[in-house]
Amino acid sequence: MSSATATDVGARPVRAGRRPPLAWVGTVPFLAYAAVFLLLPTGLVIWNAFKGNSGGWTFANISALNTGPVRSAFTGSLQLCVISSVIGAILGAILAYAVASGDPDGLIRRLYIAGSGVLAQFGGVTLAFAFLATIGPAGLLLHASWYLNFPWGISLIYCYFQIPLMVLVFLPAVDGLKIQWREAAENLGGSTWHYWRYVAGPLLAPAFTGAALLLFANALSAFATIEAWEDQVNYVVPQSIGGSLISEVGLANVHEGDALALGMIVVVVIVMTGYFLLQGRAARWQR
Amino acid sequence: MAALNQPLGDLAADLPAAAARRPGGLRASQRRRLKVFRYLTFTIFGLFFLLPLLAMVRFSLEGVKHGTWSVAAWTAIASYPGPPPLLSSIEITLELAVITSVVMVVLVVPTMIWIRLRVQWFSRVMEFICLLPLTIPAIVLVVGLAPIYNRIERYNVSALMLFWVYVILALPYAYRALAAGLNAVDATTLSEAARSLGARWGTVMFRIIVPNMWQAILNALLLTIALVLGEFTIAYLLTYVNLQVNLFEISRSTENAGVLFSASAATLLFAFVLLLILSYAGRRLRRGRP
Repeated sequence: MSSATATDVGARPVRAGRRPPLAWVGTVPFLAYAAVFLLLPTGLVIWNAFKGNSGGWTFANISALNTGPVRSAFTGSLQLCVISSVIGAILGAILAYAVASGDPDGLIRRLYIAGSGVLAQFGGVTLAFAFLATIGPAGLLLHASWYLNFPWGISLIYCYFQIPLMVLVFLPAVDGLKIQWREAAENLGGSTWHYWRYVAGPLLAPAFTGAALLLFANALSAFATIEAWEDQVNYVVPQSIGGSLISEVGLANVHEGDALALGMIVVVVIVMTGYFLLQGRAARWQR
Repeated sequence: MAALNQPLGDLAADLPAAAARRPGGLRASQRRRLKVFRYLTFTIFGLFFLLPLLAMVRFSLEGVKHGTWSVAAWTAIASYPGPPPLLSSIEITLELAVITSVVMVVLVVPTMIWIRLRVQWFSRVMEFICLLPLTIPAIVLVVGLAPIYNRIERYNVSALMLFWVYVILALPYAYRALAAGLNAVDATTLSEAARSLGARWGTVMFRIIVPNMWQAILNALLLTIALVLGEFTIAYLLTYVNLQVNLFEISRSTENAGVLFSASAATLLFAFVLLLILSYAGRRLRRGRP
């Protein structure tokens, strides 16, 4: 009797497993909202990337990406992302292990997680000011001249939000390491090195690589911090996009921003696909 | 922990004690090494994270003459002339935070409960949409939003209109907080019980399920507020002025203005307190369950 007629929906309680034909209507407000403010803008970017200045379809915007400034922006982004995500992932993993090995309800863990949340996700331009006060021209700690160097100086600032993000993303994986695995390794005569090399290392490897990819995507899309640090030079792609949005009037090509954004979508989608695949592999051990 | 070297009989008696402590199962020397490693790590990273913040606070307390102390930069937060005045952009940012979080809860909570109760096959689509903003960077989103906001500006030019897109930006964070809360509630059993006693679907959702996930809703609110406080990219590129954009403009016109550092420190501290509250609320939630 599970396939009752479609007309009595709402009249009685719906049995589990039956698909009420009209119940999906309840999701329409949310779907409509997401369609207008998430799917439509994304679609517009892709659509406009192939539009000519006077309408009509063209690949001119895409081929215009192969110019000096754009190439250097993409190279800059790549350098910055690789450096900051590799350093951030390694240091963040060490910190995550230190946090995970402590009391799960302890104050240190709480402080580090709350602090990581702030620095990783909600810092924005304020982080640039913090480093300006530390190592800027009138900096408190040192008046470093290399702080303006690209990519190393800016990578240091990026680490300031990459390491916390790594802690947040990698912590569940480290928490998933079971004491029993270590005991089992020791009962079989394994040393600490053996445990890390043959048990914990391989178990954490997918989660680590996945998290590093997420850091890469995060650095790629970061805009606020670098713009507040230096807005005269276009080091990275987001700055080029920002520039093309702000000075739309003088541009030879009104859809340059769309083409640049499409380029970023392509890179991010590749990276994030890798992240979700690896995350699925890592989740096997996190029950 | 000497327990591991003892005969099995004694080990059994020690097991609860061993299990109670986290890094149980390690030998004494290993435990010592772990302790040294932990404190060393916390000190080094603590310094790395704290130094820039302390430097920022010190800058904010700098007097007129170099090396003197003064709270002028902190009192200036309320009176900084701009244009636009700093206080007005703080006001707008706080209003945005409130509007965004209310719209978020009103839009997402009923939808999530509805999907859990009635249209479960839809939950994967919902999850995909909610996590999508993590994949599409704000800087890309803003390119596509520019024409849409041109349309919106015909009806309303207020910076408060930013809430439309801020809801989208906060979606992944709020969704994960809410999904965790909803998973902790046995929604099916509760709704079957309520429905068999004659409750309507509205009653089930708002008087049965929602009261069981207040903590998750609070978490979603806190995360949304923290996100709105720190948002720069979209406001700046759509030429609206919120707190972060205002600070950016000040930094361009007046180098090393003290108010930059005091306002930044205040924002970060506020977000930190929000997230610390969140972590304690989360603990109460865990303890409440058996």
